[in-house]
Amino acid sequence: MAVIRDNMPAFELFQPTSTAEALGVLDRYGADAWVLAGGLDTWDWLKDRMRRPAAVVDLGAIGSLSEIRAANGGVEIGAMATLSAVVVDATVRESFGLLTESAALVASPQIRNQGTLGGNLGQDTRCWYYRDGWNCYRAGGNICYADTPTAMNREHCVLGASRCVAVNPSDTAPALVALDAELVVENQRGSRTVAAADFFVGPEVDIERMTVLAPGDLLTMIRVPATWAGASFYFEKSRDRQVWDFALASVARAATVSGGVVDDIRVVVNGVAPTPVRLTAVEAAVRGQSVSEELAERAGQVAIEGVKPLAHNGYKVPLLRNLVKRSIRSIEA
Amino acid sequence: MADYKLIGKEYSTADLVAKVTGRAKYAEDFRAEGMLFTKLLLSPMPHGRVRSVDTTAALAMPGVEAILTADDLPAVDAPEERMLTNEPLYEGEPILAIAAATEEQAANAIEQVQIDLEPLPFMLDPLDSLRPGGSNARLEGNSMDGRDLVDIKWDNVDWTQVDNGTLPTDGEITDEWEVGDVEAGLADADLVLDETVFHQSASHQPLETRTAMAYWQNGKCYLHVSTQSTARTHAPAARWLGVEPDDVVLIAEYCGGGFGSKISGAISSGIPGLLSRKAGKPVMMRITRQEENFIGRARPGIVSRIRIGFRSDGRLTALDLFSVQDNGPYGRTGDFMAMADQSSLMYTPPNMRFRGVAVFTNTPPRAAQRAPGGVQAVAMIAPMLHKAANQLGVDHLELMKINAPAGQQVFGRPRQGQQGNVSSAFVREAVDKAIIQFDWAAMKAKSGQRNGSKVTGVGVALSSYAAGVSGMDGLLTIRPDGRVYIQQGVGNLGTGSVFDTARAAMEALQTDWEQAEVVWGDTSKHLPWSSVQAGSMTTHAHSRANWAAGLDAKRKLQEIAARDLGGSPDSYDVADGRVFRRGNRGQGLTFARAAQRAIALGGKYDGHTLPEDINAMTTVAGTALAGLGLMGIAKDNFETGGRNMSYAIGFAEVEVDTETGGVRLVDYKVSSDAGTILNPRTFAGQLHGGGVQGFGVALSQKWVFDRRWGLHVSKRFYSNRPPTILDVPHERKMEWVAAGEPDPFSPLGARGIGEPSQGAGTGAVLCAIADAMGGEYFNRTPVMSDMILTRLEGLPEPIAKLMAHA
Repeated sequence: MAVIRDNMPAFELFQPTSTAEALGVLDRYGADAWVLAGGLDTWDWLKDRMRRPAAVVDLGAIGSLSEIRAANGGVEIGAMATLSAVVVDATVRESFGLLTESAALVASPQIRNQGTLGGNLGQDTRCWYYRDGWNCYRAGGNICYADTPTAMNREHCVLGASRCVAVNPSDTAPALVALDAELVVENQRGSRTVAAADFFVGPEVDIERMTVLAPGDLLTMIRVPATWAGASFYFEKSRDRQVWDFALASVARAATVSGGVVDDIRVVVNGVAPTPVRLTAVEAAVRGQSVSEELAERAGQVAIEGVKPLAHNGYKVPLLRNLVKRSIRSIEA
Repeated sequence: MADYKLIGKEYSTADLVAKVTGRAKYAEDFRAEGMLFTKLLLSPMPHGRVRSVDTTAALAMPGVEAILTADDLPAVDAPEERMLTNEPLYEGEPILAIAAATEEQAANAIEQVQIDLEPLPFMLDPLDSLRPGGSNARLEGNSMDGRDLVDIKWDNVDWTQVDNGTLPTDGEITDEWEVGDVEAGLADADLVLDETVFHQSASHQPLETRTAMAYWQNGKCYLHVSTQSTARTHAPAARWLGVEPDDVVLIAEYCGGGFGSKISGAISSGIPGLLSRKAGKPVMMRITRQEENFIGRARPGIVSRIRIGFRSDGRLTALDLFSVQDNGPYGRTGDFMAMADQSSLMYTPPNMRFRGVAVFTNTPPRAAQRAPGGVQAVAMIAPMLHKAANQLGVDHLELMKINAPAGQQVFGRPRQGQQGNVSSAFVREAVDKAIIQFDWAAMKAKSGQRNGSKVTGVGVALSSYAAGVSGMDGLLTIRPDGRVYIQQGVGNLGTGSVFDTARAAMEALQTDWEQAEVVWGDTSKHLPWSSVQAGSMTTHAHSRANWAAGLDAKRKLQEIAARDLGGSPDSYDVADGRVFRRGNRGQGLTFARAAQRAIALGGKYDGHTLPEDINAMTTVAGTALAGLGLMGIAKDNFETGGRNMSYAIGFAEVEVDTETGGVRLVDYKVSSDAGTILNPRTFAGQLHGGGVQGFGVALSQKWVFDRRWGLHVSKRFYSNRPPTILDVPHERKMEWVAAGEPDPFSPLGARGIGEPSQGAGTGAVLCAIADAMGGEYFNRTPVMSDMILTRLEGLPEPIAKLMAHA
């Protein structure tokens, strides 16, 4: 069969108006169903004919899924809230500026108007071999084309490789992990809450999935607890263009400080591993310390312990070190 | 500047409202009764041969009506390109096309084609093809010597040099020239720089892909295409279809960007025409972004060994260029030779040598892109001048000025032992204006300033390129409705020049622009012989041609007035839609009345008698318009002073973050010398638009191929990384200034500016990055954050210095 890309085949479209209705369709079609949020990840897969779901479930008509509301000092964000809506939301901005900043750096203004927070978390990797339809491990094959002696892997991982060397491309994911967010996942059998840190799945667990979401599952809400409200935050994304570019590496940091000493801290990086990575060793090195350039330097060094660059991404090691260093240096005493 | 009524004044072009309201119809916006859609089967491999194709299942699919394969097309001689092939020479090359009632049905049918391809050896990197035993991109050879395909291997060369990043200069080449004595010039120099520089291939990425739609009616093919030119796309379109130009009506009122990739249209645009003839129905071929990445053309990459000698005051004593061009699989693009010519012009070395070879690769076809060869010259050489200025302790602009072309500068490849000359150059004047207006002293003072981890760098670059041809035709009619209909055969590329140059005719008639109607974009509308809408030729060529037509109309108005009202023609003047007696405005004729009189008089006045020196195409157009009114029709026979070249000087300020390798372009300004400015708004659009395209070449845009499989991995729009509007400096206004000296050899003195603007952006940014890095030169484009960080950290370079598409 000849291959043709960039042209969408027909599919059965469902546009439920309630979560319950959506879950019903998802349950009925199981692995043959595809959840459509903003479409920025979806349309590539469908147009390139690499995913051929029997049913596409468009969540756009379920109004409740795009609500953002303050709750117990935290905030609850419907998975279908657009990234632009997240960026302009006053509660998010006042208490959890880390999420605001990360969402504001996603792609382009147009894409943020269309893309959703849930979609940004659930999106697939952008490994250019995998996305171009090469039959790699992640696609069910038995090779990683990005980790051969001649592979072009400038944008691939330096941490957490396990046969696959793709990275998680989400900008908001590290921010939400740092904020100890909880993700509400529903299916026909009920609802469960997953810590953001546990939502993402590495290739050592399941090489064909990026998240815990299984057929029939729907991410409905992102719950940011009050824990880090008003803390000191830092987010930085390194990229090649000022717009419409995935992170070469990113860092999200939340910290509480008293008397010049770091009480508690979260440091999470992305773009360097198949999942967002919480750097607990860095956190341990910084917790209880007063902020100084030396501490920042040390944190940067700790961040790159054990990293393994590929042939073309050695620069990600100093990049990761320096982003982490900056995230510590920036803590307001 | 002379006191003009219209020239040099801002106005809104006739297509502006249509564009911003979406009313403008591009090729994809047309529909015809019973229209089919076609989709292409593209090669999945970089080089292969079709062993067999079974379309039985595909043709039995619902809605399928016709198929077109390479077997339906006439054979061509290598290395010419056809629209479909049985021996694909790059990934994504179209092999066959199927038309069906819907696009989805056509795509589904493509999937059902059983195709068996024999993989053939492929080559991505021109240098690897020159290695002993290296494979060739084409079965016939890897290069061209004149018109012959040849197989060139550098058997005698020390290849460890290449592995270490130095291009040897003792390998076989196909093209060379020398003026003066390069070795002597280098020996006389106080400073000699000897560098090998790599410039990437970069695709054009116009926002409008090369979509086309065609239908046949009464034996004529009506072809809607995306093209830069109109008159000059007509004959190629006829060739694609195998018919006479009379049997093609080409419609292309708008073009969503070409940058050289659609000069005379796109060869693929013939596919719907041929399919439509087979199917007996209209056929639309919408080209997707991914297809555009394959068939949409690219600037050839070039690797050069460059040796430059400098006197202690910065003046060049010699320039020695040795270049290997990544030619793609088809034809031969002239970039590597134009690079030499432009280097000769920009830096005026008294002694210069060029040697070069273009090597075929199994990568997408190359074509001219905005200043072909010129951008590569600036990108590769400007950083060397920056380095020389630093080493010699000479101000960067002083070094630019001491080497800058001036007057009727002699330059380039000698022909019959003689170098040609330019019509004019006021580069020093442009630099001097910029020094004041941009406050060069203050700008330069920022160099090396540190703000935390961020270091400021400042760079400047001179960029020259072709800016006009002559000898084209102008054609207009003043009709009994009193309006002036100006026929334009150039295309509406988006530069505005299709309108701007029409104003020359109204200037000659001293009449309000509101009284003009520009007729363009459809070959059935009787268009005159025109330059291609490319190479920044139009502004010069057609301001002259329309000035000539305007003067011809003016003379005829004067003659008619003299005939009707007495006196000599010279006692009459023309302005404000009237011809009137000088000193007595009341005595005269309106244009409407004069048009009626011209029709009554016939002969030359209404186009029944035409000049003999005009092009045959203009004769056809003039004949069709004869009798409609007073005709102004003339060939541009004005004097010429040499080759028309324009100049842009880019000034960039960047901030390099030494902890991330990130580069932020903080400020960009540009000075220019392009003669008289027809319309400041469109002029600035070209100066800055080209600059922005140049930012992409300097900072982000490239191809990446997997070398094992020969396949493109950065073919997405986002992974190819052309520059975006948010990569443009936005905190400070991008300023521009012009020397303002009219070209002395043109009646209006206007030249184009679209070409040199890109190199100015690329070169200035590259120099600014090196400046911020304290004199670290990468000798490779684009300079991306990973390269910067790798260098700052002293890490091993991940990419071999001269490796293509990495």
